[in-house]
Amino acid sequence: MKVAITAQGSSLDAALAPRFGRCQYLLLCNTAGGDWQAVPNPVASQPGGVGIAMAQYLTKEKVQALITGNLGPNAARALAAAGIGAYIAQGGSATAALQAFVEGRLEQVTGPTVSAHSGM
Amino acid sequence: MQVAVASGKGGTGKTTVAVNLAYVLAQEMPVELLDCDVEEPNAHLFLHPTLNEMHEVKILVPEVERSRCRGCGRCAEACAFNAIAVLGDKALVFPELCHGCGGCVRVCPAQALREEPRRLGVIQSGSSGPVSFVQGRLDVGTPLVVPVVHAVKEQSREKVTILDAPPGTSCPVVATLTGSDYAILVTEPSPFGLNDLKLAVELVRELGIPHGVVLNRAGLGTEEVQEYCHHEGIPILLRIPFDRRFAETIAHGRLLVEDFPDWRGEFRALWDRVQGGLKV
Repeated sequence: MKVAITAQGSSLDAALAPRFGRCQYLLLCNTAGGDWQAVPNPVASQPGGVGIAMAQYLTKEKVQALITGNLGPNAARALAAAGIGAYIAQGGSATAALQAFVEGRLEQVTGPTVSAHSGM
Repeated sequence: MQVAVASGKGGTGKTTVAVNLAYVLAQEMPVELLDCDVEEPNAHLFLHPTLNEMHEVKILVPEVERSRCRGCGRCAEACAFNAIAVLGDKALVFPELCHGCGGCVRVCPAQALREEPRRLGVIQSGSSGPVSFVQGRLDVGTPLVVPVVHAVKEQSREKVTILDAPPGTSCPVVATLTGSDYAILVTEPSPFGLNDLKLAVELVRELGIPHGVVLNRAGLGTEEVQEYCHHEGIPILLRIPFDRRFAETIAHGRLLVEDFPDWRGEFRALWDRVQGGLKV
């Protein structure tokens, strides 16, 4: 299963990024093989609608689940339409969040956790 | 002849200057006041106009006919604002991000997008004594301001137009200032007033609009604003002293030139100085 984690740095021990559209890095991890890669936020230069643009990027990358800190209303709607499961983790490292996800300890959300523009 | 009253900082007295100037000029020529601060129009609080016309401002936003959409993504590539995206094989519209350019509709190879009107706000017009009056009012929760500012300006009918601009230096202010013959920049003698005046001056210089400063609440604070204007060669057109009686007049929704008739001459002189600063 391909999982994306928002992170503040480019390694697995980097802190989880609490913002989705405005995260610093995406860590794309394959839970089956254990391989992973870090991608700098591909939509960082865009002025707005970054949650939507990010959901579109995850769709293109065939990501099936996302782990992040918060989701705005547009991002939540876009991920739901794309059929990407969104899981919320608070603090800690990306690796710990991934471990919690694999063990089924993360909460899946279907709606926004914060209001629009909270990540600005 | 279009004169915009603007300021970098909010609450400096733009509306005070705009409404008093419009009232004084209206005694001798046809004048209109256009309140372009559509997020919080307040000139009506002082001019108490009778508003007898209203129309809606709308833009066209796309709607997806799902049976036709092939999910090719051309629409999403065309959109500069991420207002349309292909997710789950079909295009999905986020109408509140749409600026209504129509680009997605034009590039769609499947004719899967049709345009539906979306309301942004209203334009209200009428008059206050001899002053013709127009204001825009953005709907609550609508982030798209500029089309409403343009719609206000389209209502311009008179030869002499005073524009009450929104505060700041962002797109709605640029939309207000563009095409103006002169910008009156209202500020106050505080560090905040000076900082934001500098931003406003940068903007009007970029737009190539002749400009001068009205110093409101003069006598408070420091001399920094005057030193800056002197150094930059920007004329100070009028000083309105800090005076509790003026604050009371404004708080009661009245005009300075009504309660203090001596000030009619001051605002008339302001107009003469604006005329003197025009590009010839």
